[in-house]
Amino acid sequence: MTPSYQQPTARGYYGEFGGAFIPEMLYPNVEELRTRYLDILADPDFQAELQQLLRDYVGRPTPLFEAKRLSERYGTRVFLKREDLCHTGAHKINNTVGQILLAKRLGKTRIIAETGAGQHGVATATVCALMGLPCVVYMGAIDIERQAPNVARMRLLGAEVRRAESGSQTLKDATNEAIRDWISNPVDTHYIIGSVVGPHPYPDLVARLQAVISEEMRAQLLEKTGSELPNFVVACVGGGSNAAGAFYHFLDEPAVRLIAVEAAGHGINSGHSAATSVLGTPGIIHGSRTLLMQDEHGQITEPYSLSAGLDYPGIGPLHAHLGASGRAQFVSITDDEALKAVSELSRLEGIIPALETAHALAALGQIGAGPNDVVVVNLSGRGDKDLETYLKNMDKLV
Amino acid sequence: MDRIKQAFASKQNLLNMYYTAGYPSLHDTLPLAKALVSAGADILEIGMPFSDPLADGPVIQRSSSAALANGMNLPVLFGQLQELRAAIPETPVLLMGYLNPVLQFGMEAFLKKAAEVGVDGLILPDLPLDEYEEMYHPMFQKYGLKAVFLITPQTSEARIRRLDALSDAFLYLVSGPGTTGGTTLPDVEAQKEYFERIAAMNLKTPRLIGFGIADKTGFDRACGHADGAIIGSALIRALEDTDDAPATAARFVQAIKQA
Repeated sequence: MTPSYQQPTARGYYGEFGGAFIPEMLYPNVEELRTRYLDILADPDFQAELQQLLRDYVGRPTPLFEAKRLSERYGTRVFLKREDLCHTGAHKINNTVGQILLAKRLGKTRIIAETGAGQHGVATATVCALMGLPCVVYMGAIDIERQAPNVARMRLLGAEVRRAESGSQTLKDATNEAIRDWISNPVDTHYIIGSVVGPHPYPDLVARLQAVISEEMRAQLLEKTGSELPNFVVACVGGGSNAAGAFYHFLDEPAVRLIAVEAAGHGINSGHSAATSVLGTPGIIHGSRTLLMQDEHGQITEPYSLSAGLDYPGIGPLHAHLGASGRAQFVSITDDEALKAVSELSRLEGIIPALETAHALAALGQIGAGPNDVVVVNLSGRGDKDLETYLKNMDKLV
Repeated sequence: MDRIKQAFASKQNLLNMYYTAGYPSLHDTLPLAKALVSAGADILEIGMPFSDPLADGPVIQRSSSAALANGMNLPVLFGQLQELRAAIPETPVLLMGYLNPVLQFGMEAFLKKAAEVGVDGLILPDLPLDEYEEMYHPMFQKYGLKAVFLITPQTSEARIRRLDALSDAFLYLVSGPGTTGGTTLPDVEAQKEYFERIAAMNLKTPRLIGFGIADKTGFDRACGHADGAIIGSALIRALEDTDDAPATAARFVQAIKQA
């Protein structure tokens, strides 16, 4: 099989990135998933159930909205792919709906997940409630504080939220704890990873489930602009699941420029940043070889971003490959620039974006799009969960 | 004959003691080794601390974080191991750790250095078997280093056979589901069927049982099913509450080894 941007090799490599670097305790689980996921995804019964849930439960297709006032502001034609209108308020549910159906076919009776901003945790808790499966979500102690509404939502949905107290007490540590849970419960439990990270086949599995975003974009663009292909697709990257979904069906279309937007935090060289593509070097995190923020001795360093969904010290191996090969261009946006984008979208279009998504929006001024260009920004999530952060930063918002 | 083979050939009921390099203080690595070996430890497994030790529980993670804060890293550890080998000429010494720090050091540079300072074998739980076989096995052989592989109750027979064929040290039988030093210790007796199944496979490689073994009772039971056992978190836990790490470590081993 020839590797392409869409398709990793049999061992899960995108170029030099990917693979499955896992202890033996996880091997049977990951191997079962690896040998079965493609057949399950291709099964007509699975697809019928998935498509019905995406339509009737998630609310797909999500609209592609031409943002006229934002377009005027940036002197280009901006479309917003409204993943914020998905049930639970973010693209994350595209993946959890697919993985819960997969888990059922694997005969699993218990679900675990990790979460940073809480959107993936909420999406997982939601599908577990829908399917009647017990759900444990690991979340960093700091994230539990700064994303309180999502913690409340998960609990209301019947999930148990467990605090990760180690390390930086954020997404990285929540992921460590979820992996340990899986090691301790190797037979009955499925781990729903929320981004295009982790050992093979997770990056490919999650990318395939999120690819519905770019599949719809192509059809909607054809209808609205007469061409399936935009000039730019812009998406924020923490681990990179919304970006993988937004890029997926354009990966082999060289005319489409793919812009991956990372969180620079206080600034790339401030020591408080999560801009992995700039600050990272090749290494292994959570089971795959990718770009990773680490010190000279290979210890993983603690990233920073005001946004709980972007402060991850790595990126998915597909994104590392897209960056290394030049297929995608990486842009870094500071906390302050993202906050400015929040107020801009709120006031120009009446849409309050998630703080993560605001990073993608803030890149609009930097990509060099002209008046005849079509730019699609993946509006990955809505800002309700971030209201407390926005309230604390009102001086930067207005 | 290499030290690992020699140990399994000449002794029964081997006790492999794990501890984290650079813990409780940066320069405890050598005094702890001397104390453990004098008290009766048959193999030393020295942990290379990592920021994100996935297969380990909270006890070893705490000791790793503390060791990193103390300034432990691979260049410092190799310096300490040089002295350690001179002080302990016969006991097999294994390094246990995660792949990322090793890869940043450089796999070949790491193996060369490990061989130079007298390390006998390596346990790298997140090193994929395929990549070991294709890329690294020849390199391990070049430097005379032995690889130890883990087996769990879920590992298939075909995979156990493959691991047995590839290992030239011993197989590390993980006693049950869980990370190291879990609060609910797997009951060795409850895993009897698993140990008996593996014993019946007539593997060429000796076997040690690890994870959740904390005291003499656990050690004796494990010895009933394999060539010995590995103890780690229970020792680290004892070291958390002491001002005299070597004396505590020696007492810990004596309590397990006493007749």
